[in-house]
Amino acid sequence: MLIIKNLRASVEGKEILKGINLEVNAGEVHAIMGPNGSGKSTLANVLAGKSDYEILGGEVTYEGQDLLELSPEVRSRSGVFLSFQYPVEIPGVPMVNFLKASVNEHRKFKGLEPLTAGEFLKLMRAKKEMLHLDSELTNRSVNEGFSGGEKKKNEIFQMAMLEPKLAILDETDSGLDIDALRIVAEGVNALKTADNATILVTHYQRLLDYVIPDFVHVLYNGRIVKSGGKELALELEEKGYDWIKNGSDQ
Amino acid sequence: MENQDKLLNDITTQEYQYGFVTDIDTDVIPKGLSEDVIRVISAKKNEPEFMLEFRLKAYRGWLKMESPKWAHLRIPPIDFQETIYYAAPRNQAKYQSLDEVDPELVETFKKLGIPIEEQKHLAGVAVDVVMDSVSVTTTFKKVLAEKGIIFCSFSDALLEHPELVRKYLGMSVPPTDNFFAALNSAVFSDGSFCYIPKGVRCPMELSTYFRINTAGTGQFERTLIIAEDDSYVSYLEGCTAPMRDENQLHAAVVEIIAMDRAEVKYSTVQNWYPGDKNGVGGIYNFVTKRGICKGESSKISWTQVETGSAITWKYPSCVLIGDNSVGEFNSVALTNHHQQADTGTKMIHIGKNTKSTITSKGISAGKSDNSYRGLVKVLPGATNARNYSQCDSLLLGSTCGAHTFPYIEVGNKSSIVEHEATTSKIGEDQIFYCNQRGISTEDAIGMIVNGYAREVLNKLPMEFAVEAQKLLAISLEGSVG
Ligand SMILES: Nc1ncnc2c1ncn2[C@@H]1O[C@H](COP(=O)(O)OP(=O)(O)OP(=O)(O)O)[C@@H](O)[C@H]1O
Ligand SMILES: [Mg+2]
Repeated sequence: MLIIKNLRASVEGKEILKGINLEVNAGEVHAIMGPNGSGKSTLANVLAGKSDYEILGGEVTYEGQDLLELSPEVRSRSGVFLSFQYPVEIPGVPMVNFLKASVNEHRKFKGLEPLTAGEFLKLMRAKKEMLHLDSELTNRSVNEGFSGGEKKKNEIFQMAMLEPKLAILDETDSGLDIDALRIVAEGVNALKTADNATILVTHYQRLLDYVIPDFVHVLYNGRIVKSGGKELALELEEKGYDWIKNGSDQ
Repeated sequence: MENQDKLLNDITTQEYQYGFVTDIDTDVIPKGLSEDVIRVISAKKNEPEFMLEFRLKAYRGWLKMESPKWAHLRIPPIDFQETIYYAAPRNQAKYQSLDEVDPELVETFKKLGIPIEEQKHLAGVAVDVVMDSVSVTTTFKKVLAEKGIIFCSFSDALLEHPELVRKYLGMSVPPTDNFFAALNSAVFSDGSFCYIPKGVRCPMELSTYFRINTAGTGQFERTLIIAEDDSYVSYLEGCTAPMRDENQLHAAVVEIIAMDRAEVKYSTVQNWYPGDKNGVGGIYNFVTKRGICKGESSKISWTQVETGSAITWKYPSCVLIGDNSVGEFNSVALTNHHQQADTGTKMIHIGKNTKSTITSKGISAGKSDNSYRGLVKVLPGATNARNYSQCDSLLLGSTCGAHTFPYIEVGNKSSIVEHEATTSKIGEDQIFYCNQRGISTEDAIGMIVNGYAREVLNKLPMEFAVEAQKLLAISLEGSVG
């Protein structure tokens, strides 16, 4: 589904991604871990098409297309979803209006008619229930005044509405309380099918207790320096990153 | 950043939607201004003598005045002898029903999205339409008359209710108040008149649409609204004009008088032709709007959405004379390309416990310039006066300007005057967030701008809020790509 080859990217003239190689197939869950500032969010943003980053080299193929050629909105409509580490607030724009526009853009791209107000509300109600989302949140402005945890839940709620093929969740577990973490993880699991894939960026094992990864990668200093199975995450939890850092710095 | 600038650059290619010309037979007088021209206008309209006197007094005052220079505007010299001061659709007889109206004209209003025909049935909005200089038709007149409400063209009011016009005309805006008000007082050709008797709540929104059609004409309309004790009315004004390369002048005056416990809501959606993306053509919009809260506990609120005109010079104001009276100003002013706007309000606190609130949302894009200018003045007798002002500016791109000129004069120690101002750039992160959910940049900007203006848009009557939202998005199209 996604093949990243030797991807290099910089921001403000500083090289952050220094040759990323990663292959993600349908049905898989990949966890990406790594110390602060190693480039995890940068990778997520580059895949989603944020314009701050300059691509220095390499290629990204998504479903057979050159992903880097597509505009961010077309990437989204093609099924790439990013759950933001820091979701932004859009004052004055009700969540429900925002989501309706989003869902209908996705439908238009697929050649489907827009949902009627009734159909949309029904869909929204179902997804809200699935994530135990406070029903009042969707009437408020996008993320405005949401608590840290509410923002993260709201990201997964949007994911549930859009049902992406490739979901990239950037530290969605950070800021969630214990119950919310379980609910969000259950949501992610429920959305999993044989046809879609998930990339989880996380610092903690506890998310991976719920959403079991097929692969765990360690990103350090702009490169994937170690990959393994789900046990790698446990090892990291125990030993920290130093043993990997030391190995790769030499 | 570079990327966004490019984007903003491109949003400006959208064509003005209302730029058509209606081909109807028009009665125009030769261009130019003199006492004779004023006498001709007055005579054509069979006006009472006092009206001619009012006009001549204003004209003589105007001759001695100069165009104001204090606004943050580059105003090219205007040759007042090049303007036509009267143009009227010729077969403008007294229409009894819409069926008698020139079909071309009805077509025009359809293009403007005002199906007058439907509106006859659609309860809720009564429309007075002013095309060039003359009020074409007033719907719902009869329904309103049953309640004792007078809602008609200014010309009709002069013929049918001269004593009311005489009593109130110039009370809020004296004939020589300022350069443009004086010009309007001398040559105004038509407009709307509205009188709400004691204790009557007007059961529907009253609405006027103004349209400039004929080339080279200025439009000088005059609106007078009188709300007697314990009455209520909500009034909406909308405007459009054809696309033309030359600039056209619009100098209107609106006067409101609110008596004891009366409330008047005045909403404007101003969409005069703004000129093309290179700054050629467009309406010069110089407007004086003032309301007097004459009675105790009266309330006047101005809500405006300004997206049109090449130049806007406009300060809808409230004079709070009655004790406990309330003034409100809510504004969204959007400028794009080479548009310039200098707009704001004056709140003059005279009575005790008077309150005013100002909410101004400026949006600038392209190479435009957008200024808020406001005066809050508390006179010595205005014990416990309160004002709260919030003035926000939103910038799209880096080639536009936003300015805030708040003036505060407080003459009473017990009063509280608060002013807050913010300036922000439209967030690239916000746009990216929308993009990531499949929403195009153009739609994202429309959405973000509407969100930013929501507080003010919410003050508009429902049906016009929807229209205003679309207008904001359309006006920014082509400023991003
Ligand atoms: N817009 C930017 N301008 C300047 N530096 C940036 C920008 N974006 C990212 N960086 C830098 O790039 C590096 C990688 O940042 P990134 O956000 O990808 O890290 P991360 O692995 O997600 O870290 P964390 O675990 O703390 O979220 C950091 O040093 C960061 O300061
Ligand atoms: Mg990060």
